[in-house]
Amino acid sequence: MIIDAKIPAGPIAEKWSRHKFSNKLVNPANRRKYHVIIVGTGLAGGSAAATLAEQGYNVTSFCYQDSPRRAHSIAAQGGINAAKNYQNDGDSIHRLFYDTVKGGDFRSREANVHRLAEVSANIIDQCAAQGVPFAREYGGLLANRSFGGAQVSRTFYARGATGQQLLLGAYSALSRQIGLGTVKMYNRHEMLDLVLVDGHAKGIVTRNLVTGEIKSWAADAVVLATGGYSNAFYLSTNAVGCNSIATMRAYKKGAGFANPCYTQIHPTCIPQSGDHQSKLTLMSESLRNDGRVWVPKDAADCEKPPEQIPEEARDYFLERKYPSFGNLAPRDIASRAAKEACDEGRGVGPGKRGVYLDFADAIQRLGESAIQERYGNLFDIYERITGDSAYRKPMRIYPAPHYTMGGLWVDYNLQSTIPGLFVIGEANFSDHGANRLGASALMQGLADGYFVLPNTLPNYLAGEKPGIINTGLDAFQEVEADVNAFTEKLLSINGTRTPRSLHLDLGRIMWEKCGMARNKAGLEEALRKIPEIRQEFWANLKVTGEGKQLNQELERAGRLAEFLDLAELMCHDALDRDESCGGHFREEHQTEDGEAVRLDDDFAHAAIWEYRGAGEKPTRHVEELDFKDVPLAVRSYK
Amino acid sequence: MNLKLKIWRQDTSDGSGQFKHYEINNVSPDSSFLEMLDMLNEQLVESGDQSVAFDSDCREGVCGMCSLTINGIPHGGHQGTTTCQLHMRSFSDGQTITIEPFRAKSFPVLRDLVVDRGGFDEIIQAGGFITCRTGSAQDANEIPIPKPLADDAFDFAACIGCGACVAACKNASAMLFTGAKIAHLNSLPQGKAEKDRRTLSMVSKMDEAGFGNCRNYGECSAVCPKEIPLDVIAKMNRDFAVASVKGFISK
Repeated sequence: MIIDAKIPAGPIAEKWSRHKFSNKLVNPANRRKYHVIIVGTGLAGGSAAATLAEQGYNVTSFCYQDSPRRAHSIAAQGGINAAKNYQNDGDSIHRLFYDTVKGGDFRSREANVHRLAEVSANIIDQCAAQGVPFAREYGGLLANRSFGGAQVSRTFYARGATGQQLLLGAYSALSRQIGLGTVKMYNRHEMLDLVLVDGHAKGIVTRNLVTGEIKSWAADAVVLATGGYSNAFYLSTNAVGCNSIATMRAYKKGAGFANPCYTQIHPTCIPQSGDHQSKLTLMSESLRNDGRVWVPKDAADCEKPPEQIPEEARDYFLERKYPSFGNLAPRDIASRAAKEACDEGRGVGPGKRGVYLDFADAIQRLGESAIQERYGNLFDIYERITGDSAYRKPMRIYPAPHYTMGGLWVDYNLQSTIPGLFVIGEANFSDHGANRLGASALMQGLADGYFVLPNTLPNYLAGEKPGIINTGLDAFQEVEADVNAFTEKLLSINGTRTPRSLHLDLGRIMWEKCGMARNKAGLEEALRKIPEIRQEFWANLKVTGEGKQLNQELERAGRLAEFLDLAELMCHDALDRDESCGGHFREEHQTEDGEAVRLDDDFAHAAIWEYRGAGEKPTRHVEELDFKDVPLAVRSYK
Repeated sequence: MNLKLKIWRQDTSDGSGQFKHYEINNVSPDSSFLEMLDMLNEQLVESGDQSVAFDSDCREGVCGMCSLTINGIPHGGHQGTTTCQLHMRSFSDGQTITIEPFRAKSFPVLRDLVVDRGGFDEIIQAGGFITCRTGSAQDANEIPIPKPLADDAFDFAACIGCGACVAACKNASAMLFTGAKIAHLNSLPQGKAEKDRRTLSMVSKMDEAGFGNCRNYGECSAVCPKEIPLDVIAKMNRDFAVASVKGFISK
């Protein structure tokens, strides 16, 4: 596997504009001869499909949901960052670039991050022009708020539903192109494999989730915009359908998978209430501005109602451990501290997996109406799910997996190690290094789809002769036969274990051994246990119904088959990255205060995994990361 | 909790279906309605039966994928709540719960509780957008939008496209859905240029896709999980009348 990031020469602030100029273009009259497949219709996939179609290319888009408007970008709450400096508070492209590299704990590629910061301002312009109802000030200009540790106010938002409104904007642009016939949209279709012709990605095989039909699709290039893999943990804040089939099939066809161990655990989610739980719901991080996090000092008090635990018997552990940041300690620190308290047996609520987030002081200080104005909608969500009012008694919260920084490796052009296969949004290994800052996921998805890919994909297409690929080629027939055989195999095992029960087993191991904190012994144990679950899966799976029908058990089984392999890859990566950085916390590498210790001499690189066949350990390659414009430094929260 | 379930089962879109009865025991009052169905499905698969097909995705009330008519009411009748956010503590032990798909001629059943809401996408494709090619936008602050107007636009844009409004309406009208999108885009300065064209085109597509007319029953707004107000229908009717008259005069 050759790893060449293709970073353009020149000063950091000029790389992107120079690169755009040096890229080959496709003549407007020739664009309609090229055919591009885009899988996924979230912020990245939806915006890319709309933009490429506007330019004149023929686009075919796929999503597993019943409408492109439902992709999981829709659930993002907080906002989207952009270096507009509308607040005149010292923001700039360079500052957003700097904050993102530093926030990523120096494990991202400088050139990509700078480009992200450069195009961020264009995203806001584009979305406002589409009619996205961003929050406004009384003068009619756009409002901003501060977010995720930044020292400037650069976050644009639409109440608590920024992701929904941005996605509906991209969906409207996509819908316009569908109406014009330039995008062919296939809802309820799941990509089950990638087709390579002479080493280039030239098509996919899908399953129609309504009829079960397996079908090949040919194109001149393939774009994956299929999101992240937090559902490897079974319980996460992702939608229940989010899965890694597309990225894992690409990996198995030769695409390098970068930094699979980089996962982000969000500290403020509603805790699990029992084994029936199917997903976890995030509560905006902003709650920590006014809520105080605590657990009982004495484990014996955990069963008591919180109001019966006197002040002196409470441990406000974030305020105690991190006096200067207190309850606003960064995500990874806050998450780990909550886990430690619960590991000590001092957790509260069902299964003792929760900590209190208490608003009593704030309500006393500011009044209930002020708290209602700030957080009313969040308190409502909390009450709907738990049946408890956070005005009356403290919320219970617990960390949950919600974003994956790892993904398919891409070069500066967003092309994977397979020529013709481009990967955008959360699905690629992204610009976030080892930790993503708040309000940066929406920015990256739209940057990739609206502004980056439409300027890099044509350079690849310009070197390809259009229209010579068709699904009659042997390569398509072979992959289709493989997919059919795989589906038949899942249906024919006829054992006793449902896909969901096996996924639950996998999730428990991943959460315990490859979750917020990891260590060598635990990861080695996971690497022994995951193959056992996989063996159980292939020996004892039970899927009822048939292949040629709407069959949600079959969908679940197919998704789990890939999560099993991906989970193993995550553990390999976490084990071999023998340092702590961002969301990857190895217990062996911490200061006395529990801060992550990076080992830059050994690990200032992206790890890229090459598939070596079922049951074989994949090969680890590296892309060295240079930090020229943001010098390496230690993050401190004290 | 122990419950009796009466669930609509239907194999294919061309076949006919029927209610089947199930019993489910030891349901946690803290589980969501869909988690209760997950639990039922585990039991069905373990005993060799096929699971009940139903749509869901984000399970936090924003993607609009979940549906279900529960005891005769789309999304189960809790104000501002989607089925995925409905919890079992709202039901009582021993209760019989009837679960059907969203019923509407233009939402054909695909299997069990899964319906095809593709008509909604077609209405948006007909005009539910502001034409602005990527890269051509002016600076976002060049068009000031008064805060109250922006707030209203957000309220209209909050629609999640779930289709409960259609399922609740005797006429299977999609006017709350279409009206919400038209109100969102037509009220903003950016949306003015294509206002008439948008309105005529979306309304005509709505009729073509087989959705019925509004008779002011108001059921749509009552079941809407995002509480979209009925006003959007009046706004749409006004914009439609203006656009039609303009079209007539210019002929």
